[in-house]
Amino acid sequence: MPQNSSASSQAVPSVSIQNADFDAAQEYAQLRDSGVGTGAIATFTGLVRDSGDRQGVTGLFLEHYPGMTEQIISDLITQAGQRWDVRKARVIHRIGRLPLQSQIVFVGVCSTHRGDAFAACEFIMDALKTSAPFWKKELTDAGEHWVEQKASDVARTEGW
Amino acid sequence: MLEQTLSVRFFARLREELGTEHLTMPAHAGQTAADLLATLANRGGPWAQLNTGQPVMIAINQAMAKPQSPVKPGDEVAFFPPVTGG
Repeated sequence: MPQNSSASSQAVPSVSIQNADFDAAQEYAQLRDSGVGTGAIATFTGLVRDSGDRQGVTGLFLEHYPGMTEQIISDLITQAGQRWDVRKARVIHRIGRLPLQSQIVFVGVCSTHRGDAFAACEFIMDALKTSAPFWKKELTDAGEHWVEQKASDVARTEGW
Repeated sequence: MLEQTLSVRFFARLREELGTEHLTMPAHAGQTAADLLATLANRGGPWAQLNTGQPVMIAINQAMAKPQSPVKPGDEVAFFPPVTGG
């Protein structure tokens, strides 16, 4: 049985890959509309900051592998649902050119209790970083460079 | 008879450095993803990096795969650098 059978009947796709910005408040409202059994919502939003592999970052360019990305993230949500109580989950990831302070990624999870919501949200985010086929390029006034995968990110995912 | 082929895609830094987003290769019986990488590396120039032990991730039909994974005619094989989303 689909594990989210008890969640809201609204047909919101659980994974969106898009260039357009998103409204975190609207996403939160959709998550909140997940039935009277929901007791906790954990959300994470990642933003473009001014430093990464190098200083003076003025923006990011994000590329992805269409189709595979959506499938991998859907699988991560399924895995989260097998390990924790996940009543509803939503992931949005932006692609293309994103200026400083842009929202990049949103992960939201509804659970009965906070422990499951925190854990599932963090697991999805950590695993997304090391398994979903996205690549980030940092843009600076001096040029642009592809970001290297971090051993610390891999270690975080392996910790789950 | 038509030659049997498979489709190869490159992403991100590899796509840029190879100057190639997509190509078609002959598909032979018993071939693995590593065999494709070795064939491509023989092109020399930037292609040589595909066989120098630098990490190259592999997907076959949009699922993660290993160098020893078999490939067959009609497959979509993708090579790309370690992922950096989020």
